[in-house]
Amino acid sequence: MTATIDRPRAGAPLPTKPGRPPRRLVDRLRDVLTSPKSGPVLVTAVLFVAVFIVGGVRYNGFFSGQVLLNLFVDNSYLIVLAVGMTFVILTGGIDLSVGAVVALSTMIAASLLQTGWSPGVVIPLILVLTCVLGLLVGLMIHVFKVQPFIATLAAMFLARGLCYVISKDSISITEPTFVALAVTRIPLGGGLSITPSVVIALAVVIVAVWVLGFTRFGRTVYAIGGSEQSGMLMGLPVARTKVIVYVVSGFCSGLAGVLFSFYTLSGYPLTAVGTELDAIAAVVIGGTLLTGGYGFVLGSVLGVLVLGVIQTIITFEGTLSSWWTKIFIGALLLVFIILQKVLTARRR
Amino acid sequence: MNALLLRTVSSRLFWPVVMLLVLVLINVIAFPDFLTVTVKDGHLFGSIVDILRNGAPTLIIAVGMTLVIATRGIDLSVGAVAAISGAVACSILLGSSDPGNPATVAVAVIVALVISLVLGVWNGFLVSVIGIQPIIATLILMTAGRGVAMLITEGQILTVDSAPFKELGSGFWFGIPVAVVIGAVIFAVAALLTRRTALGMLIESVGINPEASRQAGVRARVLLFTVYAFCALSAGIAGLILTANQTAADANNTGLFIELDAILAVVIGGTSLAGGRYSLAGTLVGALVIQTLVTTVYTVGIPPIVTMVFKAAVVTAVCLLQSPTTNAAFAQLRQRLAARTARVKEAAAS
Repeated sequence: MTATIDRPRAGAPLPTKPGRPPRRLVDRLRDVLTSPKSGPVLVTAVLFVAVFIVGGVRYNGFFSGQVLLNLFVDNSYLIVLAVGMTFVILTGGIDLSVGAVVALSTMIAASLLQTGWSPGVVIPLILVLTCVLGLLVGLMIHVFKVQPFIATLAAMFLARGLCYVISKDSISITEPTFVALAVTRIPLGGGLSITPSVVIALAVVIVAVWVLGFTRFGRTVYAIGGSEQSGMLMGLPVARTKVIVYVVSGFCSGLAGVLFSFYTLSGYPLTAVGTELDAIAAVVIGGTLLTGGYGFVLGSVLGVLVLGVIQTIITFEGTLSSWWTKIFIGALLLVFIILQKVLTARRR
Repeated sequence: MNALLLRTVSSRLFWPVVMLLVLVLINVIAFPDFLTVTVKDGHLFGSIVDILRNGAPTLIIAVGMTLVIATRGIDLSVGAVAAISGAVACSILLGSSDPGNPATVAVAVIVALVISLVLGVWNGFLVSVIGIQPIIATLILMTAGRGVAMLITEGQILTVDSAPFKELGSGFWFGIPVAVVIGAVIFAVAALLTRRTALGMLIESVGINPEASRQAGVRARVLLFTVYAFCALSAGIAGLILTANQTAADANNTGLFIELDAILAVVIGGTSLAGGRYSLAGTLVGALVIQTLVTTVYTVGIPPIVTMVFKAAVVTAVCLLQSPTTNAAFAQLRQRLAARTARVKEAAAS
């Protein structure tokens, strides 16, 4: 998906014009930066590095490998969520239910573990349940032509309500395997370490990159986002793909819920309120076009890291309060959407 | 008779009204005095009055939302705007030396509403001038707005002690709860403006095809600004009612999920999210359905928070009933039935 088609544009010098190599380089750079495909991702990468440098200049101890790794440790569940959301948004849909499904997964995990179920049963059960929920949402969207926004809204109400059906109070998880997974640190040498959750999240990212970049299913996802009609006329399995995308998102939300329960070691009905917005924001900041068709999973990971680094800076600052995070995320979202708008407008 | 029945059934208001009646019926069976309204100290009391009063904020926002959805838009930021409006009013009241003074309250309310209006204009700007999809444009304010509200309250829950302000949430005018009066006035104003003038038709034309209506001389941009500003204004009013009811501004929880309730009310009322057609009466019924559902769940003894499951069931049911697939299936069934009746008649005749 990274290959770009070189098209000479009106007014631009021909690519083969001899004698002016620096101009060509600038041209190509501008082309890459203004392409709706890779431009926003690169801008996000630059932004991430810039924010990280600002943090490093301002605070002692910010420039450490562990601060960088902690971005992954603290946001592993959000990375998994953003991966699922990327699939949905690439087809031009949206999934508002992910935050509620995360909360539901933590509730199911906590309550079943409390009654003595084995984690080896509970985790697969959660994943199957959330996949089924995703399947139902997908069918509602495809068969009954309900707008993704409304169908996933219903799923969100359902999941959030079921949380309260399970329990109104917080349930703590004391199951040894979960606790072990929560406290285990995998040493990377030099005093650096990550958690098993990070490994799981990165595995999900790798699988997603492979699926979207190198499989027929992935290409169909991009094709649907480009134009559903054309995909249908080309004989692509549009219906199946559209439904599966929501199953993928359901699976990712379930898995993110499991990771979240490793992280917090409890289930609480009000956890992860608004997380769907963080996930959407991460995907958008990562350069995926909300109308579908363009975007990369790695961009979404970068989006999560940008949100994470803002959070870290606010933590380091100490005096800044948590509400600035929300305002910053909103402002970033605005900047990136306008950027997308400008980039896509130029290409059309 | 048959034709009349058919016309009633195919009316957009049919299913929502049926749903409302079923809910009321369940209540009446469970609590025979559900419909009784009593007068105490010159004020009306009763389950119906409670439903109307508690449903008023949702209805007020849903009226604004209906017009936004009619332009094929959506406004996710109403909850955040409600929180900001409440936070502004409370911080002004707390900052003044005499929060009980009606003039102070008036200033607080006016400033809060002006700020809501500005936020609405901002949404309208993003949608109509920059051309961002409405769901995303308002997502920005939804995300950042709660942060702004927390900034105003400095992360605390501001409790105010002001009798005139409290009236907004729990007071009575001529025996009717103030919130209900405000809701009725806003509903009436919106209905009069859009149904007695050409405004409603122009809004619908923008919803059907903004470009075509612009070329036909409709000032689409101004209309979009107007509906988003109106929606934010109504969210601001609802925020003031909610805040006054609690006598506290809670930046995190005031109006949490209310955007979804409002959208739900609009959808239940039969307004299509694809824009171009809307029904304010439907929205009124939708808001009543939601509030009655909440009250029913509450009085039946199910923990109130579980209502979200019931809401999910209602949204799903309404969406499936309205879906083109279901309609097509129904049409086919009707055709087959008609064909069979014709055949039976033919067989009987021959």
